[in-house]
Amino acid sequence: MKATEAPLIPPGVKRCPTWQFVVWIGLAAAVLAWGVYAMILIWWKGLNQTNMNDAYGFALWIWADLAVIALGGGAFFTGFLTYIMGQKKLKAIINYAVIIGFICYSMAQLILAIDIGQPLRGWFIFWHANVHSMLTEVAFCLSCYFAVLVIEFIPLILENPKLQAKPFLHHLSHNMHEVMAVFAATGVFLSFFHQGSLGGVSGVLFGRPFAFREGIFIWPWTFFLFTWSAAACGPCFTILVTWLTEKITRKKLVKQDVLQLLAKISGWMLLTYIIAKTADTLYWAMVTAPSKGFAMMDFYSNNPLYGIWILIAEIVVCGFLPALILITKKGRENSFFMMLAVVLAVIGVCINRWVMVLQVMAVPLFTFKDWVMYTPSWQEVATTIIPVAFGIIVLSLAYRYLPVFPQEKELNPVGGSAK
Amino acid sequence: MTQTNATKYGMVIDLDKCTGCGACMVACYSENNVPFKKDESNKLDSINWIRVFKISNRKPYPDTEVCYLPMPCMHCGGIGDHGHSPCVSVCPATATDYDHSTGIVSQIYTRCFGCRYCMAACPYHARKFNWWDPVWPGDMEKYLSPNVSARMRGVVEKCSFCFHRYQLAKDRAYHEGRHQEPLGENEYQPACVESCPAGAMTFGDLNNPKHAVYTLKKNPHAFRLLERLQTNPKVYYISSREWVRRAGDNYLSHEETGSIKRAAANHH
Repeated sequence: MKATEAPLIPPGVKRCPTWQFVVWIGLAAAVLAWGVYAMILIWWKGLNQTNMNDAYGFALWIWADLAVIALGGGAFFTGFLTYIMGQKKLKAIINYAVIIGFICYSMAQLILAIDIGQPLRGWFIFWHANVHSMLTEVAFCLSCYFAVLVIEFIPLILENPKLQAKPFLHHLSHNMHEVMAVFAATGVFLSFFHQGSLGGVSGVLFGRPFAFREGIFIWPWTFFLFTWSAAACGPCFTILVTWLTEKITRKKLVKQDVLQLLAKISGWMLLTYIIAKTADTLYWAMVTAPSKGFAMMDFYSNNPLYGIWILIAEIVVCGFLPALILITKKGRENSFFMMLAVVLAVIGVCINRWVMVLQVMAVPLFTFKDWVMYTPSWQEVATTIIPVAFGIIVLSLAYRYLPVFPQEKELNPVGGSAK
Repeated sequence: MTQTNATKYGMVIDLDKCTGCGACMVACYSENNVPFKKDESNKLDSINWIRVFKISNRKPYPDTEVCYLPMPCMHCGGIGDHGHSPCVSVCPATATDYDHSTGIVSQIYTRCFGCRYCMAACPYHARKFNWWDPVWPGDMEKYLSPNVSARMRGVVEKCSFCFHRYQLAKDRAYHEGRHQEPLGENEYQPACVESCPAGAMTFGDLNNPKHAVYTLKKNPHAFRLLERLQTNPKVYYISSREWVRRAGDNYLSHEETGSIKRAAANHH
């Protein structure tokens, strides 16, 4: 490591040589540049650069938005468990959960800015807000929650040794830590609504029988299911990213009992969610859809992609199976099974968001129309990869220069082999 | 507010008369400055405010029958006819509006920021997105209608029941001191209806017994598209052929055509 970089590294931890870090960041930056090029192309030439059409007004980007927000749900739910429910053990992972949440939410907003036809009018959603629209609620809560995530991230940034040397910044970070429970509670409140509103986005579409759900007052069942699934699967994504970070850095960064505690809570959340989701699916299949003239299998046949397999994959393989592994002590203690369950849960929530966006658009509503299939353009794919590249860069910088993992020093006494 | 006695403009299309000539589409393009592409073969991203579908009973020759079905925006009243049409309630920027004095669903192009949520909500695919900047060949720009604003790239547009004609008719009525009276049936007619050579399309106030649509919508063979979704459309169709009426909605295999409509009528 270069001597000029040394004062920026938190004391008592070991980091890889500067050149290695630069190469790593350079690779991620190259992918990011590809995405940014596509983004500029879209802003310059318009949405004709995509493969969206009038049948697919919502497509890959809206799925990506819903998916990253669900996966970023680890921030609010881990915060809720740590600060509100008093699970102090989770302080070992809350920093990372917040950073992952910050990445997910900032990228969700960027994708929305790319996705709209008139990006310069994006502020109309606040200025001309329609209070009946679920998307309005999403915009308000999402922006507010992103602000909360920034506030939660700032004290961690201020813990960089170079910044800590400044007395003002040192005290600021200390005082911000002191009041963090208030922001965690605010984050939980806001997240409940925007995660739910994202579920409401499809659930309120009474013209789309595949998406439409009954509910309570103005909230369709998908409102609650989306919040629930984000709370269940978001922490799984936090565990997955932590595990990946440990593999890449070749270090143990969080004690296994911390990960297991989070996995156990996730498991119970996932099990209760998937039972509710099953009940919702059964009611939709037996009551809601038939009342609109559709048999359940109308939505899962006569097309090249959406067979009944996707429902089984979502509910059984990526729902019940990981939930049962995670609630079992033996399942959690076996690192292979625990990680398998975590990956399945993450895939499951992504499938759920996919069908609630893409399959909704694909289903024909007239007997004289056919299914419409869609393949994203390279510009759509490149921009959807931006969050991954951006995420790698932010996580790498945070890991290198900030004391993200409080247990790192204890688990990796300097002198051991580490990167 | 439920729309009962107020003016509620709507359309009745007699599918037994429609020949599928497409004059309604051409008239609409011309009247409303609807942009088009050089190559219109991909219908998934072409803009049309009214589109004529060719549907078939899917029986082999010699029992094959076809029917042409023009489909404009349905100007849905939504569940209970309260004006919460599928698209209006979801638009986050209030860029689409339900006019309770006419029942017409409008689109405010300069307020739309192109999120396309309304398109996702509309089961009729009545809403079209401007994927490209509108380009008018030759000096065609000089022939655009001054009464309808041309749309820009990145916004959604749709059939307005030629609302500018309604505004012109109201202006004329005001000028003639008739602003307190309802417009006469022939004072306000959309371009598609006027252009139909077969007389298949009728337009007027669905709540006014003096207007033809008031009677026509009560025809025993009248139906609306996807009525079971409770979108409450203001476009009615008439067909003497049962398979056409059945194609207009979704039915489980054991259900009779129109059974839901009859059940709803009995309920009321």
